[in-house]
Amino acid sequence: MNAELLARYGPRMLDGLVVTVELVVISVTLGALLALPIALARMSRSRTLRGVSFCYVHFFRGTPLLAQLFLVYYGSGQFRHFFESVGLWWLFRDAFFCAAFTFTLNTAAYQAEILRGAIGSVPAGQREAAMALGLRGPVVLFRVILPQALIVALRPLGNEVILMIKGSAVASIVTVYDIMGVADVAFARSFDLSVYLWAAVLYLILVEALSRLWNLLERRLSRHFAVATARA
Amino acid sequence: MGDALALLSFGPDGWGDELAAGAWLTLRLALATLPFGLALGLAVALMRDSSRRALRIPGNVFTTLFRGLPELLTLLLVYFGGQMLLSRVFGAVEVSAFVSGLVALGLVFSAYASEVFLGAFRGIGRGQYEAAHALGLRRGTTFRLVILPQLVRLALPGLANLWLVLLKDTSLVSVIALNDLLRQTSVAVRATKEPFLFYLVACLIYLLMSAVSSVGIHGIERWSQRGMRRA
Repeated sequence: MNAELLARYGPRMLDGLVVTVELVVISVTLGALLALPIALARMSRSRTLRGVSFCYVHFFRGTPLLAQLFLVYYGSGQFRHFFESVGLWWLFRDAFFCAAFTFTLNTAAYQAEILRGAIGSVPAGQREAAMALGLRGPVVLFRVILPQALIVALRPLGNEVILMIKGSAVASIVTVYDIMGVADVAFARSFDLSVYLWAAVLYLILVEALSRLWNLLERRLSRHFAVATARA
Repeated sequence: MGDALALLSFGPDGWGDELAAGAWLTLRLALATLPFGLALGLAVALMRDSSRRALRIPGNVFTTLFRGLPELLTLLLVYFGGQMLLSRVFGAVEVSAFVSGLVALGLVFSAYASEVFLGAFRGIGRGQYEAAHALGLRRGTTFRLVILPQLVRLALPGLANLWLVLLKDTSLVSVIALNDLLRQTSVAVRATKEPFLFYLVACLIYLLMSAVSSVGIHGIERWSQRGMRRA
């Protein structure tokens, strides 16, 4: 362990950790907000909505995240005049914003498919019973269907967040100083491979912390099942 | 539109042939990684399924490690680490980017594949082993003739998913200067200043490769279920 190297890049590495966490939290949260309408569109009766959402989901799930990031980061430069005229250029000029934007669109596609599967797994009787009670559409969705679907979706959603933590490392390629970005700079200056090992440890800690958090969350959300089995 | 077609045409003026060469390398890398990743994944799954702790623990550590690390980081560790290790042993040598990519992608693939195989092992009933034993088959023969064919059927959906992930992950090797589809696209972008068009075309080529794979996978799945009764 090289103490000088650690003193020099250790604090920056921690800054990188903060950037990685910000990137993941922003994209996963905004992605979740987008995912619900996309999942509903996938199951909609309208052919247009189904077609558009199908293309969206398949585009983002079928192409590499890195290619999507390049498309947004470098591709937006080509539409500079347009973005300047609508006053959004300062956003697309920023690598962090482009990464967060791309990751949001990407994770929304994956989360939408998870949600769609989970909503499909809720028995039809639940909806029928809710409608027979005279509940309106949105109430049925938010109070009856989604709470049950979320329990099924929780595991795969946790895996998706972990994939996002790992995937966010590609942001370093477009000059975002996340964990990976700081490690790249430190390695380019020192040629000491241990900086990548530190980065590896930080990522492993993040992933492990998340999976423990998720176990807690799962226990909390499915606590009524635990009671039922204890009585049985 | 005409301009775009001219840019994408084959020949000295267009970039079509460069992109095709890149797509071909992407495909070759993915295909070369597959057998390595499958073999290693099966070996790790057997280790994790073993009754010996000395085998189980390293198997589990391997899986946790390569499932938890970003693929990009694994790739750079293998590329730079391999370079340093080999030059310490053999003196100055150049490590091939293709081999580094193959090893790194294979490690990640096998970590996920071991999970799939492990699940498939659980799906094969004890009765299968007992029946094979009662027939007087030896352990190796049992594995080859009884377990493996069922394993393939049970593991196929999971492995098919991993293949699609692998196909996309190959794009990371563009970072270590291997001329895959994404890197060739970046070269074209630098020359033509048409990033949106070229990256969009690259995405569509990846989509096409996934779509063709899906058709192939469907065929293999039907073949693997040929002995199953239809419900």
